Amino acid sequence: MRVEERVEQGGWLGESLPPFIGLHRCGTPDFRGRARLSAGAGLEYFLQQMINGLTLGSIYGLIAIGYTMVYGIIGMINFAHGEVYMIGSFIAVIAFTLLSAAGIAAVPLGIVAVLLAAVFFTAVYGWAIERVAYRPLRGAPKIAPLISAIGMSIFLQNYVQLAQGARVKPIPPVVRGSFELLHLDGFTVRLTFIQIFIILTTVVLMIGFTYLITRTSFGRQQRSCEQDRTMASLLGVNVDRTISATFVIGAALAAVAGVMVTMYYGVVDFYIGFLAGMKAFTAAVLGGIGSLPGAMLGGLLIGLIEALFSAYFSIEYKDVASFSILILVLMFMPSGLLGRPEIEKV
Amino acid sequence: MPMLELQGIHTYYGHVQALKGVDVTVEQGEIVTLIGANGAGKSTLLMTICGNPRATRGKIMFEGQDITRAPISTIVRQGVQQVPEGRRIFSRMTVLENLQMGATLGDPAHYKSDLDRMFGMFSILEKRQTQRAGTLSGGEQQMLAICRALMSRPRLLMLDEPSLGLAPLIVKQIFKTIQDLNRENGTTILLVEQNAFHALKVAHRAYVLQNGEIRLQGSGQELLSNPEVRALYLEGGHHAP
Repeated sequence: MRVEERVEQGGWLGESLPPFIGLHRCGTPDFRGRARLSAGAGLEYFLQQMINGLTLGSIYGLIAIGYTMVYGIIGMINFAHGEVYMIGSFIAVIAFTLLSAAGIAAVPLGIVAVLLAAVFFTAVYGWAIERVAYRPLRGAPKIAPLISAIGMSIFLQNYVQLAQGARVKPIPPVVRGSFELLHLDGFTVRLTFIQIFIILTTVVLMIGFTYLITRTSFGRQQRSCEQDRTMASLLGVNVDRTISATFVIGAALAAVAGVMVTMYYGVVDFYIGFLAGMKAFTAAVLGGIGSLPGAMLGGLLIGLIEALFSAYFSIEYKDVASFSILILVLMFMPSGLLGRPEIEKV
Repeated sequence: MPMLELQGIHTYYGHVQALKGVDVTVEQGEIVTLIGANGAGKSTLLMTICGNPRATRGKIMFEGQDITRAPISTIVRQGVQQVPEGRRIFSRMTVLENLQMGATLGDPAHYKSDLDRMFGMFSILEKRQTQRAGTLSGGEQQMLAICRALMSRPRLLMLDEPSLGLAPLIVKQIFKTIQDLNRENGTTILLVEQNAFHALKVAHRAYVLQNGEIRLQGSGQELLSNPEVRALYLEGGHHAP
């Protein structure tokens, strides 16, 4: 495949490595060429960045849910969550490679199979991490599980590096093609099929997830454990199982994000979990840690902010934009956009 | 055989010994009241029965079974429910969701009729069922906490200071409900109170807990007329009727 095609698909050259950090550049005739665009293209350029930002934000939002749910129920930041997402991406790479080796050509069926495999195996990882690294520390001072989480994160990174190698793993593009939404002055606003897939999948998952938490008896038990674990256990709720399920759900959503990122950028490596995890954590804090709608909103905002900052200011410093937001929110609005203030009426 | 039997229970909170060899028995169908000052170990006693914290010494028997070391889930599955200190309703959930949480261990077939029974008992809860529980008044929260515990049809209901901080009229209503539950449904009740007057009046039998030890016991009437109880918990205290 020609390199230009590859860039069109999502880019894997130059500064777009490691893959997650790279922004989708399709539709930009010359990345630094904004100044050369005529005034009429301003809106199109902006629109394109919004599309890119929404795509990225969907991914962040899915990962952020895992952070916020775990924080909600055991009051701890699961710093290994980014790694869980990375493992989801790797399972996607393995599954796509196996599928293409088996010569299975049906794309929709293939994607469903890969999603299922990634969700299953990643959920097992999520469950095992809680079991091994956090449950034995239940009731310990808060710093202990935090350190355990960081250790788990380092372990998983190195484990994947050892098992899969340090090199970047590419997969052939799975879904090609795009809609041309607008064409003006040599600038084309594109909405690729894969972007549509990512945004739609995210919307569907978030609706389903919201239903699960707000309407089902599992969701009620989950929320009751979040508010008062002792009381929940006195009413007969199996608290340990509910916490396990929380990790499994968080991991499953991160796995879907991992699969979609793999399809979007076409490459993964063992280090992608760190930055994506930190961004999603920022998203969760921005939305208000512990708040599920907050995590979704925060994810979208961080995605948009990153896309717009890269487009209008500097792509090299886009991480600075995200993490400045983290610092500002922690300093001036620690409960985030939709979070509850820490002080509660007694 | 008593329904609940505590034999020489010792419980610690960290290094602080909260219970020092407590013996309490509750017979099937009784209302048993436990009175005592702040910090006497009343709440600890109820929580110890549910296994959180654990008794370090002694034995807890429920209907002939030793539940001293049983997991919390096993204990509550036997039909032991608690309206804990401070009510501990789920304030960010709706009133209805709180009641649904109470039905976690209940038979789903009884859910609808139990819910109607609760709404019949406290109609205000029906009016407020879609409201967040945290927005209820103190008295309404107490009603909700009691109903939540009742949703699983417990065999032993333990109430920890249900009258705390409530207006006198509401207190009356709560104690009347407790008596009705005992008379009409035969629910066995273990009641912990600082409000000694009401609590002793409804009790079949009562204990006075002081510094983690049982100081006095007898029928509710006996203790009501006991000079020591009168001096310490009725006339002298600010919980006089």
